[in-house]
Amino acid sequence: MSVTAPITLSARNLTRRFGQREVIHGISLELRRGEVLGLLGHNGAGKSTTLQMLTGALLSHSGQIEICGFDLARQPREAKARIGFLPETPPLYREMSVDYYLTFAARLRRVPRAQIARALTETKHRCGLQDSGRKIIGTLSKGYQQRVGIAQALIHQPEVIILDEPTVGLDPSQIRDIRALIRELGDAHSVILSTHVLGEVESICDRVEIMHHGRLIYGDSSAKMQQYGHQPGFIVTLRSPPALAELQAIAGVQQVEQLSATQFRVLHTAESNPGALLLTLAAQQGWQAEQLTPLQAKLEDVFVQLTEGEPA
Amino acid sequence: MIFIIAAKEFRSLCAMPSTWLILGALQFIFAWFFLARIDAFLQVQAQLAQIANAPGATLAVATPLFGTIALVMMMLVPIFTMRMLAEERRNQTLTLLMTAPVSSMHIVLGKFFGLMLFLLLIIAAATLMVLTLAAGTQLDTGLLLTNALGLLLLTACYAALGLYISSLTAQPVVAAIAALATLFGLWLVDVSAVDSDNSWHAIAPTSHFLSFNVGLINSGDVIFFLLFCAAFLLLASRRLHNNRIYG
Repeated sequence: MSVTAPITLSARNLTRRFGQREVIHGISLELRRGEVLGLLGHNGAGKSTTLQMLTGALLSHSGQIEICGFDLARQPREAKARIGFLPETPPLYREMSVDYYLTFAARLRRVPRAQIARALTETKHRCGLQDSGRKIIGTLSKGYQQRVGIAQALIHQPEVIILDEPTVGLDPSQIRDIRALIRELGDAHSVILSTHVLGEVESICDRVEIMHHGRLIYGDSSAKMQQYGHQPGFIVTLRSPPALAELQAIAGVQQVEQLSATQFRVLHTAESNPGALLLTLAAQQGWQAEQLTPLQAKLEDVFVQLTEGEPA
Repeated sequence: MIFIIAAKEFRSLCAMPSTWLILGALQFIFAWFFLARIDAFLQVQAQLAQIANAPGATLAVATPLFGTIALVMMMLVPIFTMRMLAEERRNQTLTLLMTAPVSSMHIVLGKFFGLMLFLLLIIAAATLMVLTLAAGTQLDTGLLLTNALGLLLLTACYAALGLYISSLTAQPVVAAIAALATLFGLWLVDVSAVDSDNSWHAIAPTSHFLSFNVGLINSGDVIFFLLFCAAFLLLASRRLHNNRIYG
C-alpha cells in the first residue's frame, strides 16, 4: 500500500442518533485502494452502526461519505454499486440455490449480463464454493453460508469491501481460509472489517482504528500499534496533567504522546526508566498520577489500555 | 431493476411447497363452486328458455364465481404479502436490497409486480375454467374478461395494502393478521352501509368491483383502484426509506 494510491472511501464527521441518544460522535475515516482497515472495539462500541452508515443502510444525521468520489447521499446509485457489504448476519435467502442467489446479487448491483457467468465462476472459485453452486443455501453449514455471504459482497468487483465480523462463528480452519481470502482481496480492493478478535487485526490489517463509545480513539498502522510493546514505555494517567514539554523534559524520557486529556504514552530507553522519577514529580507538582502501566508486546493490552482509560 | 426483484420474488414464491398447496386447494374450491353453479344453471335452464332476453350461462355461472373469488382473494392475499417485507426484515436480508444500488420505490414495485404475476396465475386459472364452457355454449367473453380485469385490479389493491402493512413490522404473522383485519374492515364497511350512503361504499375496494362483476368498466372505479394501489405502494416505499433513518 502506498500513500499515493487513490482514496476510495472517505467519511467526514459522521454522527448518528437513535432517538435522543447519540451513539456515533463525529467519526472520520479514510481508506485507500489496497488497504485493509480493521475497526476494533468492544461489543456495542458502534462498529456495526458505522459500517451500516458507510454502506447506506442507515443514514447519518450529519457528515458526508464519498465512495470513489461519489457522494453516498446525492449519488447513491453510483456510490452503492462500488460497495460490497457483508452484514453481521449474512443476508441469505435460504430457499435459493447458491448460483441463483449470487446471480441475483450480481444483477442487483448492475453487473452487465454478459459478464455475470464469468463473475460467478470467478467468485465461487475465490470463496471455495466451486462444488456448492447447485446446493440450497438453507442446507449449507454455517461456514459455507458465511462464504456465500462474502461471495455476495465480492461478485460485482467493488472498490470498497465492508465486512462486519466476517469470521464470527467459524471453525479455526475456516477462519484461516477466510483471513487468507481477505488478505488477498486487500491487494486490489479496499477492505474495512470490524472485529473484536485482536489476532485478526494482527494477521490481516494494514491499519487499525479503535472505536470506543462511538468515537475513534486511536488510529495507526497495525505494525506501529504492535511496536508499542517493543519499545519500553508506559501509559500514565495524570488527573491534572502539566504541559507536554514538562513531561518531555524528565530525564530518560524519549517521547511523550498525548492519548486523551489525561492519558500519556511515555516511551523511554531500555537503560533508564523514568517512571519513578515521574511519579515523584507528580506528587510534588500535584499532577495527580493515577495509573502507570508498562507497555507490553501484546496488542490485547494496548487495546484494553486504550478502551478502559476512556471515560464511559 | 424492478424486473430483477420481481423475478426473484416470483421464484421465491414458487420455491415454497406451501404455495403449491394453497394453489391446489384454491383451484379445488373454485372448481367445486363452478360445478355447483353449472348444476344450478342446468336446473333452471328450461324455465329460462321461455323468458325473452334471459340471462346466459356466463352471467349465471361466471358472475357469482368471480364474486366468490374476490372474497377468497381478500383472505388469501395477506398470506402472500406478509412475507414480502416483514420476513426480509426478520431474516435481515433486507440489508442486501437496501445497500444495493436500487431505490426504495424499485424494491417495493419489484415485490408488487412479482406477487401480481403470481396472483395473475390464479385469476387466469379461474378464467380458463369458465372458458371451458365454450365447448358447449356461446360465452359472453366481454363479461368474462371484464370480470377478470376487475378481479386483477381488486387483488392489486389487496396486494398494495398488504405490502404496506408488511413494511411496518418484522413479524410476518402480525403483518398477515393486520392486513386481513384491514381488508375485512373495508369489506364490512361496504356490506353494512345502507345503499344510499355513497361515501362509505366509495372507500371500499369491494364495492368498486361490483360494476366489473356485471360487465361494466367504469372509469371511476378503474381510477379508484389505480389510486388505491399507488397510494399504498408509495407509503410502503416511504416506510422503507424511513428504515434508513430510524434503523
